[in-house]
Amino acid sequence: MATATEMVRADRVHGSLYSDEAIFKAELEKIWYRTWVYVGHASEVPNANDFIMKSIGPQQVLMTRDKNGEIHLLLNRCAHRGNQLCMDQKGNRSSFTCPYHGWTFANTGQLRGFPFATGYEGVDKSQLGLGKVPRVAQYRGFVFGSFAAEGPSLEEHLGAAAQALDRLCETSPSGEVEITAGFLQHRAKSNWKFLVENETDGYHPQFVHASIFSVAKSGIGDLYGPHSTAVARDLGNGHTENDLRPEFRRIDKPMNWFGTSAERLPEYVAKMNAAYGEEKARQIMIDGTPHIMIFPNLFIAEIQIFVIQALAHDETIQHVTALQFKDAPDLNRRLRQQTMGSVGPAGFLLADDSEMYERTQRGVTHAIRPEWNYLGRGLHRERRDADGFLIGDATDEVTSRGIWRHYRSLMEAG
Amino acid sequence: MSQTDLLQELALQREIEQFVYREARLQDSHDYDAWEALWTDDGMYWIPANGDDIDPESQMSIVYDNRSRIALRIKQLHTGKRHTQIPRSRLCRVVSNVELLQRKDGEYTVGAKALIFESSARADTIWGARTEYLLRREGETLRMARKKVMLSNNDKPLYTLSFLV
Repeated sequence: MATATEMVRADRVHGSLYSDEAIFKAELEKIWYRTWVYVGHASEVPNANDFIMKSIGPQQVLMTRDKNGEIHLLLNRCAHRGNQLCMDQKGNRSSFTCPYHGWTFANTGQLRGFPFATGYEGVDKSQLGLGKVPRVAQYRGFVFGSFAAEGPSLEEHLGAAAQALDRLCETSPSGEVEITAGFLQHRAKSNWKFLVENETDGYHPQFVHASIFSVAKSGIGDLYGPHSTAVARDLGNGHTENDLRPEFRRIDKPMNWFGTSAERLPEYVAKMNAAYGEEKARQIMIDGTPHIMIFPNLFIAEIQIFVIQALAHDETIQHVTALQFKDAPDLNRRLRQQTMGSVGPAGFLLADDSEMYERTQRGVTHAIRPEWNYLGRGLHRERRDADGFLIGDATDEVTSRGIWRHYRSLMEAG
Repeated sequence: MSQTDLLQELALQREIEQFVYREARLQDSHDYDAWEALWTDDGMYWIPANGDDIDPESQMSIVYDNRSRIALRIKQLHTGKRHTQIPRSRLCRVVSNVELLQRKDGEYTVGAKALIFESSARADTIWGARTEYLLRREGETLRMARKKVMLSNNDKPLYTLSFLV
C-alpha cells in the first residue's frame, strides 16, 4: 500500500483511496476511531434515562442520558460475550439487560450485576462495564465523540466551524435547534469520501440537479454558477463551506435563502424581531443558515443535517433529517416539507447525488488511465480572505483540496 | 346475498383488481403521464419511513407528496436529466392479495401486496411492500385519492428508490 503522502497530491488524489479495503481499515483506526465524530443531538435524548441508537462508523453506539442529565456514548455490545445489548432504536430506561445471560448495565455503562453471582467470585465488576467512547463533548447541543482518550479538544477540532453552528442556532428565535423529525437512512454503494467531497462541491449542482432546477422554481442553481459571488472556503481541520452570504446580501431579501419571503412567515419574523431586534433579525434572515461540511461526518445543508456513516470502503449511509428551530412551528413545517422533497432515497436532489457517488465508485475501482482524480479547479485563483482562510470562487475545488490536506495529516500521524 | 348483489360484488372486486394491476403495469413501464392521470386532484402519495404508522406531519417520510408534488416528480422524470433513472430501472412487479377493506360514499379502502424486482446500474434489488389505496369513483372510473406504500424494510437504510413504487 502506498502512503497517504504519495497518494494525496496538491491537485489530485489516487483512485485507490476510495476503493482499497486496506485503506478503509486504516481510516477506521486513524480517523473514525480517533478524531471527533458527530454522533447525535442533545434534543434527541431530552429527558433523564432517554436513549437513542447512533453510530460511529460501523460501531453501533447508544447515546444515553443518565439520571443526572449527563450524556454517555456506549458501545452496543455486552461486555460478557459481545452480544448486541439493545435492539430498540430509542426509548427510556435506566439500565440495559442483555437477553443472552442476563447481565445488567446502568445507562452510564457500569455493570450493575450478573445472575447466579456465586459463579463470579472475586471478579471485579468495575472492569466489566460496557465499552465507552472515552471523550464526549457538546457544542450548542451537537454531541460529538472521540475514541482517543487524549487529543485536541472539541473546540480545537471545530475551530472556525463552531461559528457556523452559532450562525445556525441564531437563525432560530430561541437560539436553539432541535432534531425531532426522525432520520431517513439512505444507503449508497460508495466510499464515504465521495460524499464528504460532494457536500461542498459547488461545481456539480447545475449538472447533477439540472432536472429539478429546470422544473421547480429554484434559485439554487444560480448560487453555483460561474458568475456567482458565493465563496468556497477551506476552514481548516478538514471543515469546508460554501458561503452563500455574498449572494443573499446582494439580493437583500429576508428569507430568500429559504426560497420564500418574510411576508409568508409572519409568526417567525415577529419572534425573530422580538429576540434580536429588527436590524439584527433582518441581517440573520438575509444571511440564512450555513452550508458546511464538518469533517468527517456532519453536513449542515441550510435546512437539514446529514450524518455520514462509513460502513466499508464501498458502503456508506447518509442519515438525514430536517432541522427544527425551537419555538418556530410555522417555519418547521416548511423545513420538513422541503427536506422530504429534496433528500433521502426518493429525494429530488439526493437520489441523483447518490447516483453520482455510486458511478464514481465504479469508476475508480480498478482504475487505470487515469489512476488519479483531478481536483485542480480554481487552483490559480485560490486566495486568502480577511480571516486568513483559503477561498475560491463558488464552483472551485478549494474545498476538496482542504478536505484532502487534512485527511493526509490524519493518515500520516503515528 | 341475492344473485344480483353477488354479481355486483364480483364486478366491484374485479374492477378494483384491474385498477391495481393497471397501476402496476404503468409503473413498471414508466408510463408516467398515464400513471399521473390515475390520481384525483387531492391525491396524496405517501411512503413512510421508520415504521408504517408514523405521523407524517411531524416525522420524516421517504415520500409525502401532495398532488402538486406528484406532478413535480413526474415533470422531473420527464426532463431526461433525472440521472438516477438513466437508464431507467427495469422493473417486474407482482401485485397480489388485493382486498376491499372498507367502503364509504363511493370511496374504497383497498389493501394489496407488491413484490418488485428492480434491475438498475447499481445492482438487482428486491422491494416488498404492503400498499393501501383510497380509491374514489369519479364518473365511470376509479381514481387514487391516496396511496400509502409501507415498505417491509422502511426502518433500515435503503438504496435509492427513484422509480414509481
